[in-house]
Amino acid sequence: MSGLKLAIAAVAVLGLAACSNNRWDDMANGSGAGAGAGLGAGSLDPASPAYFQQTVGDRVLFLVDQSTLTPEAQGILQGQARWLSQNADYVVTIEGHADEQGTREYNLALGARRANAAREYLISQGVAGHRLKVVSYGKERPLEICSNEACYSKNRRAVTVLAGGLTG
Amino acid sequence: MRKILAALLIGAAAAAGAGAAMAQDGPLRIEIDQGVIEPLPYAVPDFVPETPAASEYAAQIARVIAADLSGTGLFREVPASAHISKVASFDSAVKYADWKAVNAQALITGAVSVNGNQLTVRFRGHDVFAEKELGTGLQFNGTTDGWRRMAHKVADAVYSRITGESGYFDSRVVYVSESGPKNDRRKRLAVMDYDGANVQYLTNSASIVLAPRFSPTGDRVLYTSYESGFPQIHVLDVGQVQRKVLSSGDGTMSFAPRFAPDGRTIVYSQTQGGNTDLFSMDISTGAKSRLTSAPSIETAPSFSPDGSQIVFESDRSGSQQLYVMPAGGGEARRISFGEGRYGTPVWSPRGDMIAFTKQNKGRFHIGVMRTDGGEERLLTASFLDEGPTWAPNGRVIMFTRESQGSAGRALLYSVDITGRNLKPVKTPDGASDPAWSPLQN
Repeated sequence: MSGLKLAIAAVAVLGLAACSNNRWDDMANGSGAGAGAGLGAGSLDPASPAYFQQTVGDRVLFLVDQSTLTPEAQGILQGQARWLSQNADYVVTIEGHADEQGTREYNLALGARRANAAREYLISQGVAGHRLKVVSYGKERPLEICSNEACYSKNRRAVTVLAGGLTG
Repeated sequence: MRKILAALLIGAAAAAGAGAAMAQDGPLRIEIDQGVIEPLPYAVPDFVPETPAASEYAAQIARVIAADLSGTGLFREVPASAHISKVASFDSAVKYADWKAVNAQALITGAVSVNGNQLTVRFRGHDVFAEKELGTGLQFNGTTDGWRRMAHKVADAVYSRITGESGYFDSRVVYVSESGPKNDRRKRLAVMDYDGANVQYLTNSASIVLAPRFSPTGDRVLYTSYESGFPQIHVLDVGQVQRKVLSSGDGTMSFAPRFAPDGRTIVYSQTQGGNTDLFSMDISTGAKSRLTSAPSIETAPSFSPDGSQIVFESDRSGSQQLYVMPAGGGEARRISFGEGRYGTPVWSPRGDMIAFTKQNKGRFHIGVMRTDGGEERLLTASFLDEGPTWAPNGRVIMFTRESQGSAGRALLYSVDITGRNLKPVKTPDGASDPAWSPLQN
């Protein structure tokens, strides 16, 4: 059962890695390690933030105007919870985001709902609440900039951003 | 804010400084409600410089007046090239026949004098076909760096006398200046005259700023800033450019702040555990009270001008809709019932209407409705229009229009509440979230 969920999670992560190329490089601790996200997984230190971002998957996606976690999103969050329990030095901020189809302040509130849904799920998986802050950026920080569903679907996201702990 | 002193040129008339009452029986009259088909032709020859240093202002003041009046879409300027008469002296008799011949129905004449840094502007309006003055002449005294404001004051007086409405040209707009690509947008707070002149930046672009609002007297601005890493409410003194954080609490988001008409109370949204509700705060004491308590999103509040009610948006019905509740909280009644989603309600300064953003079938609209939700009227349509703000006279709305795609950019537009005269507002960079000030004094 958990093996099946893991497989779903891995597919979702690879799918993401293929489409999104600008942000992950920025986040790879300045080492430029992220060039071939899917390929390098085996060589990454499983305790590294790069592994969390690329192999575990640092983000979950949402349907239009929804904050319900899909089965895929739940699979990714289960992986995040396992990683966070093994790497207990890290605290995280979960950033909620919305696509541009919505008014600014509503989208701020919607992003907060999404980030909180991810937070609640991580808590249900055993991560201590005090390690998990949430913030919403609404539609202020889109990852993809086209104005159609291909981009919108990647912008409706909650991203688990690591802080504290080891910085290597 | 620097004051501009106004005086009646002929002192006898009642103390109606802006003279709205003067227009009641005049033959020159534009009824804004009717929707103007044919703009009223007027002439504003260069003002007469009465001191040597006044020459540089005399022509420019006439140009700003013309830009104000023609910019409303209600007036059409008869250009200087068509003028027969030249106004050589402010106090000599107007040759009405020369202005009739070029079909200027209204004529604005004026004089400018400069003494040190003191600027004095006198003007008269004339009803050309009735061959008489349009209300009483006025004199404005101020400093030379406020010359544009004095031009706006003249234009406000003329607009007011001909339409019977109060003016809106001597006003400012606070907004968010935007630069950089869509996925790395830099935002900073800016304030400008309503026509885009005199832009001044109030914050740097180190952190995201959103949705500023003027205080009822225009001296302070409330806005949301990510300076702490979390959205929080800031208040800024426009004159001193001094800032203060009003909300606090690590990990709690506060945003969408708006002043009550008393200038002391604010209403805003706060998010706890993913749920967003409305709260109010006395900004002098910091005392807070909760106004809504629902698992839905409650945000984008706006006070009625008498301070008794708040209109806001909520998705308690399953989608974003507009609701009105008492200012202290309590039972809310839904007022939006059309197709689609409704957000960002803003109560008109006249109290009679609510402007909103509507999202329907993949398009965005700016619209207005009565405060009970009746007579909904959509004024615009585009890929993304949002965030209306009212001119101080409740006759014009400014909003954000964002264009589509990877090169998409936000700009400010204005439109009459009749849906006419849609036009961009000039800003040096991209711009969003405009909020209009009250009329200055």
